[in-house]
Amino acid sequence: MKVPLSWLREYVDLPPVTAHEIADKLTAAGLKLEAIASHGHDLKNVVVGQVIEIEELTGFKKPIRHCLVDVGEAEPREIVCGATNFAVGAVVPVALPGAVLPGGFEIASRKTYGRLSDGMICSEAELGIAESSPGILLLPADTPLGADVVELLGLRDDVLELEITPDCGYALSIRGVAREAATAFGVPFRDPAALELPATDGVTHPAEIGDPTACDRFVLRAVSGFDPSAESPLWMRVRLTRAGMRPVSLAVDVTNYVMLELGQPLHAFDRNTIQGGIVVRRALPGERLETLDHVTRDLAEDDILITDDSGAIGLAGTMGGLSTEISDSTTDIVIEAAHFSATGVARMSRRHNLVSEASKRFERGVDRELPLAASWRAVQLLTELGDGVAEPGVTHAQADVAPVAITIPSGHPARVAGVPYTRETVVTRLEQIGCRVVDGVVEAAEGGRGVAATGVVTSGDLAAKLAVSGDDPITVYPPSWRPDLTDPNDLAEEVIRLEGYDTLPSILPGAPAGAGLTETQRLRRRVGRALALSGYVEVLSYPFIGTRDLDHLQLPADDDRRRATRLVNPLSEDEPFMRTTLLPGLLKTLVRNVGRGFTDLALFETGLVYRPGADAPETAPILTVERRPTDEELALFTAALPEQPVRVAAVLAGEFERSGWWGQGRAATWADAIEAARAVAREAGVTLDIRADQHEPWHPGRCAALYVGEVLVGHAGELHPRVVEAFGLPKRTAAMELELSRLAAPAPAQTPSISAYPVATQDVALIVPADTPVSSVEAALRDGAGDLLESVRLFDVYEGAQAGEGNKSLAYTLRFRATDRTLTADEIAAARDAAVELAAAQVGARLRGV
Amino acid sequence: MSDYDPVEVTPLHADELARAEADALAAISSAADLDELKQVRLAHAGDRSPIALANREIGALPPAARAEAGKRIGAARKAVGEALAVRQTELEAERDARVLVEETVDVTLPWDRAPRGARHPLTTLQERIADCFVAMGYEVAEGPELEAEWFNFDALNIAPDHPARSDHDTFFVESVKSGKVLRTQTSPVQIRALLERPLPVYVISPGKVFRTDELDATHTPVFHQVEGLAIDKGLTMAHLKGTLDRFAEVMFGEGISTRFRPNYFPFTEPSAEMDLRCFVCRGASSVPGNPPCRTCKSEGWIEWGGCGMVNPRVLIACGVDPSVYSGFAFGMGIERTLMFRHNAEDMRDMVEGDIRFTLPFGMEV
Repeated sequence: MKVPLSWLREYVDLPPVTAHEIADKLTAAGLKLEAIASHGHDLKNVVVGQVIEIEELTGFKKPIRHCLVDVGEAEPREIVCGATNFAVGAVVPVALPGAVLPGGFEIASRKTYGRLSDGMICSEAELGIAESSPGILLLPADTPLGADVVELLGLRDDVLELEITPDCGYALSIRGVAREAATAFGVPFRDPAALELPATDGVTHPAEIGDPTACDRFVLRAVSGFDPSAESPLWMRVRLTRAGMRPVSLAVDVTNYVMLELGQPLHAFDRNTIQGGIVVRRALPGERLETLDHVTRDLAEDDILITDDSGAIGLAGTMGGLSTEISDSTTDIVIEAAHFSATGVARMSRRHNLVSEASKRFERGVDRELPLAASWRAVQLLTELGDGVAEPGVTHAQADVAPVAITIPSGHPARVAGVPYTRETVVTRLEQIGCRVVDGVVEAAEGGRGVAATGVVTSGDLAAKLAVSGDDPITVYPPSWRPDLTDPNDLAEEVIRLEGYDTLPSILPGAPAGAGLTETQRLRRRVGRALALSGYVEVLSYPFIGTRDLDHLQLPADDDRRRATRLVNPLSEDEPFMRTTLLPGLLKTLVRNVGRGFTDLALFETGLVYRPGADAPETAPILTVERRPTDEELALFTAALPEQPVRVAAVLAGEFERSGWWGQGRAATWADAIEAARAVAREAGVTLDIRADQHEPWHPGRCAALYVGEVLVGHAGELHPRVVEAFGLPKRTAAMELELSRLAAPAPAQTPSISAYPVATQDVALIVPADTPVSSVEAALRDGAGDLLESVRLFDVYEGAQAGEGNKSLAYTLRFRATDRTLTADEIAAARDAAVELAAAQVGARLRGV
Repeated sequence: MSDYDPVEVTPLHADELARAEADALAAISSAADLDELKQVRLAHAGDRSPIALANREIGALPPAARAEAGKRIGAARKAVGEALAVRQTELEAERDARVLVEETVDVTLPWDRAPRGARHPLTTLQERIADCFVAMGYEVAEGPELEAEWFNFDALNIAPDHPARSDHDTFFVESVKSGKVLRTQTSPVQIRALLERPLPVYVISPGKVFRTDELDATHTPVFHQVEGLAIDKGLTMAHLKGTLDRFAEVMFGEGISTRFRPNYFPFTEPSAEMDLRCFVCRGASSVPGNPPCRTCKSEGWIEWGGCGMVNPRVLIACGVDPSVYSGFAFGMGIERTLMFRHNAEDMRDMVEGDIRFTLPFGMEV
């Protein structure tokens, strides 16, 4: 909402303070300043002049005039001018030498076109009133010569641009802002809507409300004999422009001016195009309407229409129809001022993707008591400025609406704020915003709660739950322009806001002792730290993927990860799905980093994947908000939403250990990817069981399935060369993905018993078939060695000739130690032999050289 | 023992002993380095050295001769021992002067063989915020990112035709009528917390949220918020102010307070916009004549987030009796907080995953 201060000051006696000071007070009251635009402050030395002689100069490419202009001085001034829309006798604004026009344009006396030009005759654009103007601004003939144009036309002004929250429909008007400003400065407010209305007899034009849930007040007034060539006066055009609206024609400008001033959207019909009586009703199936913007719209049955015998002639409170539009020959005008359903207009505006100044106001709530006054104000302006005659009578259709009454203990605002307001403060503040406050509880017979057909409807049950009881009840009737005030806390906010949020004390509540982070939350942090310390850099990629990503991963057609949740309105049609795996985002981030010149990369991400169940219900319910959902209802949400487990994934390429002056580094491999998974599992206090697997997008010979017990938790290894190529990754890029949600939160680690007895070390070299997984050899050694075994470590793998064709040699160091004694040579040998024997039995291992 | 002739115990001859001592002293003085001296020590002062062997023979002497022999051996041992010590000191000094100098390396050589990674500052900032509230007794609550509309809007008093609902630029899931959306705010976690937890509830909930904005320097369709909720008996707006003042101090330093301005959120009533005292100029730049401040654009305050007293309608939707319980909620953007606290200027840097952005943040922010 753009508020020219000159307009505001018409209705409130603001003290002589700066625009910033006014803005600060309004901001503190909840009307937040967005920007201040200053106009005309640098505009000076522009006076009223009269053209007394014109000489057309010839020989130039365009018409040039040399004029003598009387600016109220002893002698007329010579001025050269390129415009031709004026004749001798015209009264015009003249910028004298020394004048500065908007944009810092300085006027000086100079020679041009062979003549002296001692000033400039100005257009509206040159005075900063309009964006562009075809010619010189012509002033009324009786304007005093020599007068200061800036003063005369009120060009010097500041415009506050305020952000109006959706609950403050009333503040989308000069009237509403003036009321807030008056309260903020503690000065009187003059209501521009407090007009003396003429006693009326009869109806202007037949109209009725067909659906009282759509409209509860409908007013028509008429003007006849209007001069369609009448122009809007300069002051009106200046105000409209500064308030952000484009001047169009007098009839349209008047409706906009009154809307800006009072907050009541108005619509003007060409009376001669209306066929028969008007009915406000919902749309019928198949109805259509061509609106003012030349779009023919299919109407929905919920749309609220203004209709006549011909059918729809307007979308109520949103946009008029083309057939009844005011044209440049319209002489008889019908002005409509109504009160439409806020939600009805909101829905209609959204459905037709049509946001107008009118719909914006109706959605946010318009004063139901305004239509009679606002329509009369429009008629006044049309007759004054457009030579029309007000038709007698007024059409006034309305549906009955019970007033809203809210009962609160007078101490309620204090209890909400934590500040001891007096009863007097509470009552005074509520009265300042226009409420009527009555002592005690008023029975519903007179009041009742929020039953306005077009406002917020609060059921009796909900009202009872919202009611606040307590000592010293007061019953508050909010004013008609505040349909947002329905609940006890709405009133508390008004009191606290006007008393000033800056007066709230700062007190820390004594929260009960909490239990800290859960084990799962701690695990997630530890995993992040462990990976970062291992060299991985965390990224947070967007969770959107496309079919192409899944194709690039080489996922088979029936892969579960292809069952993804689709977005209705994705940012990019290439990525319409929610991710089912973290890998595409990570891989694309890796490629981006490579593109920026980084070749040695290790990245990780922790985040949700979205896994819709195959048989999940299509819709989640929209339940009532008047009570807690039942457990059965809550289960419906769970069933309808996809599973959203937390995963962690890592990708790496290039060198994992850098080359340097110390020598060659080490390339990232499948083994690093698996080790990253092990690092994650370690944080969860579990050891991964690694099994060879074939699973896209991994290399079929370099892919590990990661198990905790018999639960598959993820995969790791080198990516398939096709995947590498599809994503444009560095060769041999490796990756790991693991579902953290499948790792139980770790139990507390148990302290081992530390033996101070000496360790006994035994090396064994075992020959096994080359395809034997090392993990099974180690498992056999561990089982076979028994309790005396402290550790087992593989220190060499050899597949040369000495191991024999099709075999490999595995060299292990076994360390033995007892907790209670020094082991004897016999004990050590027995344990070692038992280990080797079990390896022989389980995986066919034999001691090398035996 | 009786047939033992002490005179024949050669090692104890004065001459022999003198020679052994002389040999030892000669060897000591000719030892060229500490390794050689170690050998010399073994040979001439060790258990098998001539002097040590001689010492063992003392027992064989008649008692009258023992004292004199012992004295001689003692003197020899002392002389050898002292010579060893002196030579040891000499050689150590020599080594220190020569050998260690020869072994000098360039300790300024780099050793970035296995560079460390880093955690994303948006992650660690969320953790820091959570820790701040955990210290006040809060617990961390979580909820799904793909959320039912009822939680994201309806239960938060944002009715289907409410203007606030269309302001949210919501990602719809499957169909606009599916009742499922990508959550546009972390506020639905408030609802889940109230449905799942026993009262009183004090929870903090950082997390990812979604709006259909195009990515640019100040917008990203996927961003992070932190939501706070406290529901207890007797909570007031003053408690909300106290909590946020404390939070501001922990995040931005002593003496940094908040300012409330009236605003509108459907799920709080009364509602406020929360401004943060500029932690760079501390408000000084808003006084005419003082140098300008880039961080707050010389306004002295920075818009940080929204807050208010939880609307009783929200409590009713969660089955909490507003005549018994009241409370407050607040929310702010993590990206925005990162921008303030760490001078991050471009939202795109936070989402692109460039390692140069993340690495400097290390493990904590």
